[in-house]
Amino acid sequence: MIRRVWFVLALNLAFCWPALVSAQAPGQSGGELHFCLRAEPKTFNPLLVEEDASETIRYLTGGVLIRLNRQTQALEPGLAVSWKVSEEGRKISFRLRSGLHFSDGTPFTSEDVAYTMKALMDPQLHSPTGDSFRSGDGQVVVQTPSSDSVVVTFPAPVAGLERLFDQVAVLSAHSPKKETAVLGPFYVADYSPGSYILLRRNANYWKKDKEGKSLPYLDSVRLDFQRNRDIELLRFRRGEIHLINTLDADYFDRLQKETPAAVHDAGPGLDSEFLWFNQVSSAPLPENKKTWFRTTEFRKAISMAINRADLSRIVFGGHAHPAFGPVSPANHFWFNSSLPIPQYDSAGALRLLAQAGFRLQGGTLRDSSGNRVEFTVITNSGNKSREQMVAMIQQDLSQIGIKANLVTLDFPSLIERITRTYDYEACLLGLVNTDLDPNSQMNVWLSSAENHQWNPKQSKPATAWEAELDRLMQAQSSATTEKKRKSDFDKVQQIVADQQPFIYLVNKDAMSAISPVIRGSSPSVLDPHAFWNADVLRLGPDPALGAQK
Amino acid sequence: MNPLQKLAASALCAIFVLMVLATFLLPTPYARQFRDIPNADPSTAHPLGTDALGRDSLSRLLYGTRVSLLLAPAAALLSTMIAALLGSIAGLLGGWFERIVLAATDLSLALPWLFLLLVVRATLPLDVPPFVSVVIAFLMMGLLGWQAPIRVICAAARGVRDSDYLLLARSSGCRPARLLLGHVAPNLRPLFYVQFFISIPLFILTEANLSILGLGVMEPMPSWGNLMRGFEDFSTLAASPWRLVPLILLVIVVMCFQLVLPSQEVTQ
Repeated sequence: MIRRVWFVLALNLAFCWPALVSAQAPGQSGGELHFCLRAEPKTFNPLLVEEDASETIRYLTGGVLIRLNRQTQALEPGLAVSWKVSEEGRKISFRLRSGLHFSDGTPFTSEDVAYTMKALMDPQLHSPTGDSFRSGDGQVVVQTPSSDSVVVTFPAPVAGLERLFDQVAVLSAHSPKKETAVLGPFYVADYSPGSYILLRRNANYWKKDKEGKSLPYLDSVRLDFQRNRDIELLRFRRGEIHLINTLDADYFDRLQKETPAAVHDAGPGLDSEFLWFNQVSSAPLPENKKTWFRTTEFRKAISMAINRADLSRIVFGGHAHPAFGPVSPANHFWFNSSLPIPQYDSAGALRLLAQAGFRLQGGTLRDSSGNRVEFTVITNSGNKSREQMVAMIQQDLSQIGIKANLVTLDFPSLIERITRTYDYEACLLGLVNTDLDPNSQMNVWLSSAENHQWNPKQSKPATAWEAELDRLMQAQSSATTEKKRKSDFDKVQQIVADQQPFIYLVNKDAMSAISPVIRGSSPSVLDPHAFWNADVLRLGPDPALGAQK
Repeated sequence: MNPLQKLAASALCAIFVLMVLATFLLPTPYARQFRDIPNADPSTAHPLGTDALGRDSLSRLLYGTRVSLLLAPAAALLSTMIAALLGSIAGLLGGWFERIVLAATDLSLALPWLFLLLVVRATLPLDVPPFVSVVIAFLMMGLLGWQAPIRVICAAARGVRDSDYLLLARSSGCRPARLLLGHVAPNLRPLFYVQFFISIPLFILTEANLSILGLGVMEPMPSWGNLMRGFEDFSTLAASPWRLVPLILLVIVVMCFQLVLPSQEVTQ
């Protein structure tokens, strides 16, 4: 009899078990998240990060004082419970969380923050992250009044100071493991060069969920090195990896046909594609072409004659939006919403050109000296979407009698031409923007900057509007209030829209693929799009698609 | 000529006529974009559909045929002539000259000539007209494509060197130039043909790769090479098999060239 009861009980359990499992939670704790990096990280030192792969490791392992929420774009407390910026952006005071430990068990104190800041600002280290904090000559002073408070004083005001701390992963001053002792959700447990990196759950991670359960939910994250995007896509289709952080429009459409639930288009991202004309006075170009390129009406007419809506629809399959200017609408705070929507108007373009002395003769546009308007656009070879964009621009410009040629160059040759020899007429490239703050664009808008591509490294501004750009960029970087900074940078965007030194074409959408197995995902327009909230991601059962835990 | 050869010759003639008359036969200009119908399926207006930018695929194929069929054989001819000249002399003379030629061939094969092409592209002025750029690309291919055939030709010429008829010619007082042109070259002619015809598809495909480096045929000009770049995406080919037409045409042309050759000449 007893044996029969046990049998019935066992039978009931066997039938009810799947239901019990599925009733536990929408997802389960534990499991290994699996995705690909497109290159090996060049460093595990979070202060020396300058490329995507290292940035991914820093993001997943580093503990930061202040974290930028990739979805709301608001700053949130991290290792610091609170902070205060004072002395017009020269000084920032943090109150730290107490009782925290690094992944190796070393206690976290204000000494670690002081150690990190000193290392970050050490000129011998050449930290790209540290460069963002360099506001003027002089030393950065770090004081630690107590074990849970830190005061950092800079020699000059640093605009958007608190936001910069999102990139500063705190190192341990005392741990024998140096930079491998971390405060983030995961730590580097294994690295097989050429193959993978395994990150394991940091049991000492400070964050907990609403129910008081320690985060992260995942046990580990395995990052395989895979340069080939086709293979990455194939592995996603097979369920061998759980996500693809960045998808191109082609891959997005292909995947959407098979598994619509797995692809996510978060809307226009921060990346933009743009065209500019060479305005360098010493460039080895004919004088008449230099004159065209320096004429505002000419640049504005080109901008008006390009059908951005078609570029977005055809080249990017609708996964891009016409670009307004240097700031994408995805950047909620800094985007100047009063900028005019770029309109395709070839008749208007011809009127502008006529004002500047150009005339249309037998379908060919000629300047006031009778020279045919023809120029060559260079772009990097192997980039299909850029070649297609130029092909479409060729047809658009032919409507106003301009002949545009395309030459694709390997990247080193292209860089040589646009930065050293200046032997080019126009260039089409893209900008990958990861920072929301306009300070990161100082090296573009200042006339003395190297990345002031249309006419870099000027000893003094060549035009009045470039002088005004210099003044406004410097003013915004030293302004004490966000409102004043925003006002100054709005004017910068307006000048760029009026003068068109860069003819912004499209903002590409932020697209990613996330397996339905993953619970808690919430793709954002800011990078990392798919795993910005890695500490709350879980793996759940999904028989339809994706790898099981 | 057997019936198969006649068929191949007719097909080649038809393709060449299409190539010559392409300008008059194009349904629409090859660069014109019908932006409302990108990637369209075949229709009466566009018998082979449209490409990603809405350009008529048939027009692009016809014009691309002209570019590829004109320039790839020219490049193949140039490389075969270089290989034939150097290979025949090296094989005929033997000794130190042959060793130098073969060493130069080995060295040339070992060189990453991709970098040479990159240097050429980097040094070329940017305002070179698209057609001139294409001609330069094929010229470079012709000048750099002689290494593989030269070994074969040199080995064959070495075989001829010790033949009785060449011994007789030498003993009759034939000068080296006459030996080369009157005795060696005619005997190696089938080999030259073979090397020439197998180089043509090779150069067409090389051109496709070169366009990725910015040295081949640039937008909006079409060629078989850049038309076949669309094959990178295999998944769309299954859904739109008509995109394989450039490849099919390439296979037909190469087969026809091989069939038209008298079989005894190919096999010697």
